[in-house]
Amino acid sequence: MNNANFKPLDLLILIMNQISKTLDISTEIATYSIKFNPNKTFLCVLYNLPLQPKLFFKSKNREMNNYELMVIFTPVLSEDEFKASQKKFMDLVSDNNGQIQHNNPWGLKSLAYPIQKKTTGLYWVLEYSAPSDFNEKLKIQLLRDENVLRHMFTALDKYAVEYNAKKRSGVQTGNEKAVEA
Amino acid sequence: MAKANEIKYLTAIKTEKRQKKYCRFKKLGIKYIDYKDAEFLKKFLNEQGKMLPRRITGNSLKYQRKVADAIKKARQMAILPYVTDLLK
Repeated sequence: MNNANFKPLDLLILIMNQISKTLDISTEIATYSIKFNPNKTFLCVLYNLPLQPKLFFKSKNREMNNYELMVIFTPVLSEDEFKASQKKFMDLVSDNNGQIQHNNPWGLKSLAYPIQKKTTGLYWVLEYSAPSDFNEKLKIQLLRDENVLRHMFTALDKYAVEYNAKKRSGVQTGNEKAVEA
Repeated sequence: MAKANEIKYLTAIKTEKRQKKYCRFKKLGIKYIDYKDAEFLKKFLNEQGKMLPRRITGNSLKYQRKVADAIKKARQMAILPYVTDLLK
């Protein structure tokens, strides 16, 4: 091999080919495997073990987390504009492999203190599950939108999901008792 | 001879035994505190919208922290005010 013309990329391709030949898998899978689980891949190559597909498919289909998004839109929006804005963000969720659990527009509500000299706001609550890196993308879009006064993400744990499900179906959540106590 | 500081009462003084404080979340088995429920969170605020201490509410540390988080979230989203008068 001529060392003068040797590039890192060539080396990588060479390694990939070697891995795929040794482990009898396609180059594409080898790329994935080395990207997400380099240590295990090298071990497999070293000891000539079969590579379990689970290893990288697990990394590929990343785990979904439950989130809740609350947005306050400006009160000047009309009914249609409000719906259109909701749809915009909901589409963004579904485009990024997210799933919408529940969509709950609260509508016009007075604010506890003025935000951007406005005393009322259109509240919107969305529950969804999405990969963990999705919220950053959504955040950028929310900040760019001029109709959004404020937004907040909440990561939901299993108790929160349970509570929301109960609240939606109208079952007593247990928190009412504490109000009387 | 009787000591001077020894005071004797004719009738026994009423000493009411105060009920022991308890954590309502532990007692009722509440696991999640919703930041969207303003009426519920107002239980843990005084008239100026300040959070009540554990000494008064009797919450356990775990749930006092959760209440505090929920209140702070509600304040951020203008569901509860930061400062006010006559909240209740």
